[in-house]
This record gives sequence, structure tokens and C-alpha cells, in this order.
Amino acid sequence: MKKGYDIVIIGGGIIGCSIAFELSKRGVKDILLVEKRFLTAGATGRCGAGIRQQWGAELNASIALESTHILEHLEEYTGYDKSIELHQGGYLLVAYTEKEWNQFQKNLEVQHKLGIESYGLTPQECLEKAPYLNLDGVYGGTFCQKDGHANPFHSTQAYAKGAMRQGVDIETFCEVTGFRTQGGAICGVETTKGYVETKMVINCANTYAPELAAMVGDEIPVYSERHQALVTEPVAPLIDCMVMSFSRSYYVQQTPHGSFVMGIGPKEEPSHNFHSSWQFLEQNCAIMCEALPILRKLNVIRQWAGQYDMSPDRHPVIDEAETCKNFYSVCGFSGHGFMVAPRIAILMANFLTGQKDSIDIHKFSKTRFKTGDILIEPSVV
Amino acid sequence: MRENETIICRCEDITLEEIRACIREGYQTIDEIKRVTRAGMGPCQGRTCRLLIAQELASYYHIPIEEVLMPTFRPPTKPITMGALADAWKESQGGADA
Repeated sequence: MKKGYDIVIIGGGIIGCSIAFELSKRGVKDILLVEKRFLTAGATGRCGAGIRQQWGAELNASIALESTHILEHLEEYTGYDKSIELHQGGYLLVAYTEKEWNQFQKNLEVQHKLGIESYGLTPQECLEKAPYLNLDGVYGGTFCQKDGHANPFHSTQAYAKGAMRQGVDIETFCEVTGFRTQGGAICGVETTKGYVETKMVINCANTYAPELAAMVGDEIPVYSERHQALVTEPVAPLIDCMVMSFSRSYYVQQTPHGSFVMGIGPKEEPSHNFHSSWQFLEQNCAIMCEALPILRKLNVIRQWAGQYDMSPDRHPVIDEAETCKNFYSVCGFSGHGFMVAPRIAILMANFLTGQKDSIDIHKFSKTRFKTGDILIEPSVV
Repeated sequence: MRENETIICRCEDITLEEIRACIREGYQTIDEIKRVTRAGMGPCQGRTCRLLIAQELASYYHIPIEEVLMPTFRPPTKPITMGALADAWKESQGGADA
């Protein structure tokens, strides 16, 4: 770690690492990335590892679509010597009510406009995609083969190692404790490993991003929500696709390794709670065994908890602090940061290096919450 | 001792050679090695390999083994079927038919 850098990125998850990679790829070399623990120790390493294009809002869907295109060859793109274990077995989104089915028809229209290859299914066709699915109450579903799974640890390492080769310094076990400003602009970062001078900060600290932004007087309407997940023992391939429901609030996917990863949507107060609960373990199993009774036989190996950085409209917040020039925050991904990171990083890097981009970054400005020009996303677990 | 024949994580079949390669690559914690190799993610949840990896890290970085950061011990303590857990939930909600 040097005494100063042009840019300090805070957060060693997929967002921070991918932005470091894209910036250094554009010739911005003098970058430090700091992470308070190790890479993927936060939300990225705790996420459900799903990637999907079947979103209800056009902006989310287009970013997810373009991110998938990058994930399809991320190893080559970043020069990574291991696999990110991409598996495009598809996502089956199950509708249990007519209302949900009608929403899915609207979502399909949005997706088709962007060229996403999703389509509707009858209950019987749902069963063909997801053998063993309990069809009781199933109204229909939608499917997209290009959705699937990628390994969050390896995807992040791919970006981090690529960034380091391009000259980025990464400092782990280095926590940010404060900032220094001069004339209304950022000029330095205080860390547990010392003071670093800088001309710019990119705050990618997920649920801690609002707290860091508050240190320079900026207010971000993003809050932290605990979500839990569990993984079973590995078994032979049973179901190739992710199975997901919004009304019953569950998702489950067999990974290429053979284990099933799953979770349910919580109803919890905002907190930084990283502890697992016994209640989740039981309730999750009850909901999942109802949807897919064959899961009853599988042993649960491990459960864990992570945080969604929830924004009011389930779209990211990407903005400069009004109170501090050159202090940017990139957060509020609301549980789908992993799958949109590749495109978000390109957007951010293009913006900071003055290059054109087909997406207008100002759509993600937090001023949308004041003007009422919010982006609605109907489809989140 | 042949590094490529010495199994460190028996659940996931990870050898000493793979663990040492990770450490040489710059990974500093059991948590990172677990995420990259799956060592410690199997049914026994690292009961055997956790300490063996800790020893490797301690000797490579010349630190006492107590200073090697332990990963979080996660529930359940031993594997349990989803069916048993689902039934327990139904029971707590007022009977199997609730």
C-alpha cells in the first residue's frame, strides 16, 4: 500500500473488484481497493449464486442480459486460470396465482423487447423443466434457458486477479475508519492500516455503504436486510434449472457440484445481523419440501446469513455525494448485485473515464427518490 | 510425504498439494481457501481439514497457530434431513395438518 492513489475503491466484493478491473482495463492504473476482511467475505460470498435475465423492469433486465454475456466468457475476459462454474440450466419462475401469471406476461413483454429468450409454460411444461415439482396450486410459469448459476467466489477472484495484473493494489483486512475532505472534495481515507491520500473514492461497501457515505455527510436511502440460505449434501443431477417463486417467496437451485442451494424471503427489520437462525432452517425446509417433496430426503450441510442492500425501488443507487465531490457510492443492489456486476462495472468505468455508454448512469441517481421518477421492479425474492 | 497423494479434506478430496498451491498464490485465511477449493464445505464441515490447513498457514507465514483466523462454525452441527426439519416446523405451527 502506497501513501496515495488516484482512486480508492472500498469493498472487496464483486462490485468493487469488477469496477477495479474495468477502470484499470481503461488505463486508470493508480487504484487501491481496500476490504475490511477478505475478498467475498460480505454479500457476494453469501449470495445464492443465481444469474437471471427474467426481470420485470427493463433496466434490470437489460443490465442482467448484458452481464450474462460477459459471464459467458469471464475467464477469457479477465485471464482467469480457473473456472467460474457457469451453468445455464435456466430459471423456472413459478406462478401460483392468476395475478402472478398476469404479471409474468407483462414481464415477458419487457424481456422480449430486449431480445431475452424467455417464454411461458403450462403447469405440465413446468414439470418437464423441473421434475418432482409439486403442481398443487401451480398456475403456470416462465422459463429462460440462459439463466443459471455462476460461482461468486471464482467470479470475484477472476476480476480481482485481472485487476491486480493491470496494476491495481488490493489491501485486505484493512477497514475504512474515516475520510478527509478539502474544499468540499475528498482528499484522503483513514484506514486501520494508515492514512491514504486520494482524489476519488468509490464506495462499494454494500450494506455498509450508507454508513460510510454518512461520514462525508451524504444520505443514501439504502438499508440492510438479513437473508438466509442453506446448502444440502451433493447428489446426482435431479433438476437442471433454478426454481423460484415470488408469491411463495422461495428459490432453489442444484449447483454444478451437486448440492442444492436455497433460501426464502424474510420479513425482518433492517439490521446488520449475520447470524443464522433455527427458525429459518425449519421454515425454509417446510416451504421447499412443499414445492419439491423429493428434497425431504436430502441432508442439510450448512446454513448461513448475508445482507441484501435494499433500495426503495429495488434498483441500484449510483451517485456522487452532494456534500463531497469525487465521493461516489455504488450500492442498493437489493439482492441481485452479483448477477448485474459485470455491466454495472462497465457503466461506472465508462462514466469515470468520460466514455460513452448506451445506458444513462443518471437513471441510477438517488435524486429519483425525490423527483418520484422511481424504477419499479416487481420480481424479487 | 507425497503432497499430491496426501488428502487434507476427505469430504471434498482436496490434497495437500492443492492447499499449498493456494497459500503460495497469496490466500491468507482458511475462509479464502475454503471458498476457492471447497475444502471444509463437505458433510463434516471441516472437522479434520480446518486444523490441518491452519497448520499449513501457520508454518508458511511463521505465525503461531492460534493467530490463524478460524472460519465461522455454521449450523447445523451435523447433517439433518430437510424432511425432519420441515416436520418440526409444521409441528411448531400447530400440528402436521396446519
